[in-house]
Amino acid sequence: MLLRQVEYVRPETVDEAVRLLASREDARALAGGQSLVNVMKTRVAAPELVVDLNRVAELREISTGANGELEIGAMVTYDELIRSDAVQTARPIFAEVAATIADVQVRNRGTVGGNLCVNDPTNHLPPLCATTGATMTIRALASERTVSSDEFFQGVYLTAVTPGEMLTRVTVPALQSGEGDGWASVTLGKEGTGIVNVAATVRDGQARIAIGCVSAVPIVVEAEADEVSVRKAVVDANLDPPNDVHASADYRRHLAQVLAWRAVSQALGEA
Amino acid sequence: MPEPVTEQTIRVEINGEVYEQEVEARKLLVHFIRDVVDLTGTHVGCDTGNCGACTVLMDGKTVKSCMLLAIQADGSKITTVEGLAGTDGELSPLQKAFSASHALQCGYCTPGMLLSATYLLEQNSHPTDEEIRRGIQGNICRCTGYVNIVEAIKSAAEGSM
Repeated sequence: MLLRQVEYVRPETVDEAVRLLASREDARALAGGQSLVNVMKTRVAAPELVVDLNRVAELREISTGANGELEIGAMVTYDELIRSDAVQTARPIFAEVAATIADVQVRNRGTVGGNLCVNDPTNHLPPLCATTGATMTIRALASERTVSSDEFFQGVYLTAVTPGEMLTRVTVPALQSGEGDGWASVTLGKEGTGIVNVAATVRDGQARIAIGCVSAVPIVVEAEADEVSVRKAVVDANLDPPNDVHASADYRRHLAQVLAWRAVSQALGEA
Repeated sequence: MPEPVTEQTIRVEINGEVYEQEVEARKLLVHFIRDVVDLTGTHVGCDTGNCGACTVLMDGKTVKSCMLLAIQADGSKITTVEGLAGTDGELSPLQKAFSASHALQCGYCTPGMLLSATYLLEQNSHPTDEEIRRGIQGNICRCTGYVNIVEAIKSAAEGSM
């Protein structure tokens, strides 16, 4: 497919990248390109300038902070996440879930930052960030701020990252003792797009649950970590999921309950 | 600070040969490979990133070349299906196994399948059936039902034992 005429630039530092992103009203960050290039083909997106972040080395690092927390650069690919020892030590659920995203080729290119900033309701990482207490660091021209997932995810394809800004890293607290993570989903085909995705984190008998694919942003509910309480909390959330060719709204509501308990069970097993 | 460009000369090594060409920023890598370098073994299937027919190895990793701009490949090393056989034209063990196991019918998906399978065996020289199926998950074949493709990859892996 022939894309619309576009300008391209390849910065090597975050400072350069953010200056370039702020230099035009219609500049877009190009991460792994596994979504953006396709929407440019259909011309749903037709930015004037793409700022390719692939050679910004500081965005490609995974490190561990003073309290064991994971600092994941926005340009870390799913494949790098899966292979990271630091991730396996601090929060292995991220590697486990990333290994089920799309396919090998997409995991070789697709990035953590891309997954979060696209914020497609079926994406895997938003619910996971919501339950694990991840925070996102956003750089603007002259400032930097860190926001919680509640503030970060704002709508379908919409996040707290505004034009001229960029996500630089995601900070995920290390799993504490007595804490466990879980993930459950029903997908279109094995490891395909989610019909309903659920992430859960359990701590001291309390579950924090985030349900994906049912609304514009992950729906977060909290409950005691037993089946009756979890199911009731999901019912009480009054979900209004989409009704489409893949699943009726009623079936998605049913799946949300079942998968919430599965995710909590996994989290309990690991706690 | 680098300046935005609408075209730029890129230098890419494909199957061991260096190509220096000016490309438009909007040109997809798959079109560069097919139309500029004239290596038409890499196919355009769905052009939406789903089918994997355009799969190539870029710096050692499989990527779908319809989801990259050619300009992004500047400085990289690429292997396409034309680069799998030896310089004498002798097919790779995987290519021979695809032939022996009837792992293709129309052949449209085959170049991408071969590159995904090559990458898989580089990462994991003795994959299980499940690992093979996960390894080619990003490559869609509408003819074979995959059974013979999995057979071929398995037999190539066993041959390398």
